[in-house]
Amino acid sequence: MKLSRLFTRVLQRELQLAYRRRADLANPPLFFLIVVALFPLGVTPDLERLATMAAGVLWVAALLANLLSLDLLFRSDHEDGSLEQLLLASSPPTLIVLGKALAHWLVTGLPLTLMSPLLAMMLALSPAAMPLLMLSLALGTVTLSLVGGIGAALTVGLRQGGLLLTLLIMPLFVPVLIFGTAVVQAAGAGLPWSGQLALLAAMAVLALVSAPLATVAALRIAVEE
Amino acid sequence: MWQSSFWQSSFWKNLVRWFHKWTSPKWFYNLSRPLGAWIGWLALLILVVSLVWGLAFAPIERLQGNSYRIIFIHVPAAFLSQAIYAAIAALGLIGLVWRIKLAFYLAKQSVPIGASMAFLALVTGAIWGKPTWGAWWVWDARLTSMLVLLFLYLGLWALHNAMERPESGDRAAAILALVGVVNLPIIKFSVEWWNTLHQPATLKFTEAPPMHISMLIPFLLAILGFYLAAVAWALKRTRLEILQRERRTQWARDELDRLGGNV
Repeated sequence: MKLSRLFTRVLQRELQLAYRRRADLANPPLFFLIVVALFPLGVTPDLERLATMAAGVLWVAALLANLLSLDLLFRSDHEDGSLEQLLLASSPPTLIVLGKALAHWLVTGLPLTLMSPLLAMMLALSPAAMPLLMLSLALGTVTLSLVGGIGAALTVGLRQGGLLLTLLIMPLFVPVLIFGTAVVQAAGAGLPWSGQLALLAAMAVLALVSAPLATVAALRIAVEE
Repeated sequence: MWQSSFWQSSFWKNLVRWFHKWTSPKWFYNLSRPLGAWIGWLALLILVVSLVWGLAFAPIERLQGNSYRIIFIHVPAAFLSQAIYAAIAALGLIGLVWRIKLAFYLAKQSVPIGASMAFLALVTGAIWGKPTWGAWWVWDARLTSMLVLLFLYLGLWALHNAMERPESGDRAAAILALVGVVNLPIIKFSVEWWNTLHQPATLKFTEAPPMHISMLIPFLLAILGFYLAAVAWALKRTRLEILQRERRTQWARDELDRLGGNV
């Protein structure tokens, strides 16, 4: 099979599976909404003070929402045995993993990005920063899906994988969080932001080329376990 | 021509054989016992000398007064926590590529040592921060990256313990350590860029140290002592790991009998 066709097949399959489980699909955006709504309740309803922390709150909430859905990335495939078949197939498993990560981004990162302007408005983020918020979230969540895939693969065979997954990949998410919020804050303050955005993009590219290799290696262990 | 004769020389062959012997758990177990004891006692001696010298006899620092003395513990612990992480990643790579069990054992048992060093660096940093910066904890770049490093260590340890088969835990942790080692420079750079308050590194290879010789000698001794102590500790832990993992082999059973365990 041609590689591009394999890739689209994997993507199609994943999206179809996600569509069949619409309840799971709604979880990350709902979580995003709830966490963001809790901040004004817990900290302050004062819009000026909320505006200063909006970038951080939105990014942290998006990151946690992303994390929530990562646990399921390989779980059902592992349980029904199709993961083993995918790894045994003659087609390169890195491409399959890449397809799955992209599908994960399409059903998690992209909806969160599309939702973010609404929540940013509720936190009174400056309108100038709005496009940058969306751009940084779109780029950053690509990295999160790919790097998170490594953690999901490492914990897929484990009974209490969810909590362990958080511990394993939270440290790896730190740079994405820092540069993601830095872009939005710089744009809000009228400062140059292209450097931070470029670094965010660089991390996405690095994850794109290297994360699938580690993910496949981790999946092989999970299958043997 | 000299090259081929070198590779066939008995010296080289013996060297290779000697090296290979170290990768066998049984040999390692037997050879590391006297070695570990020697290194351990040497470490204890150096640590006692350097810490007594540093904490009691080294001169008072001009700006920070006596509070600077914690540097004799803080900096060696911080050095080691990073060096041990790099060692774990290197051992993980060796284990994955050449399938050497012993590299995995050593890597696994280095994790708690590295974690305790990171913890020690954080605690001593907090104690030092109170008189110097006026707060127990500040969100400074180095403190934050040390905290992240501690999380990485805890993740490694949790992953080791979560797997049912220890062999899977070894390989999974090796992959995580390698991913972490790629990420560590990025994390370090990003947090530094994000916020920095910490004084710059005291020791640099490129410059003469800005310390008076009467402080520098105990300082360097303390670093050496910490390194040696960590090596001795790692050897001890690895020997126990070997006994546990090889408990089904005859020599390990004999050894356990000799030690008086009812396994």
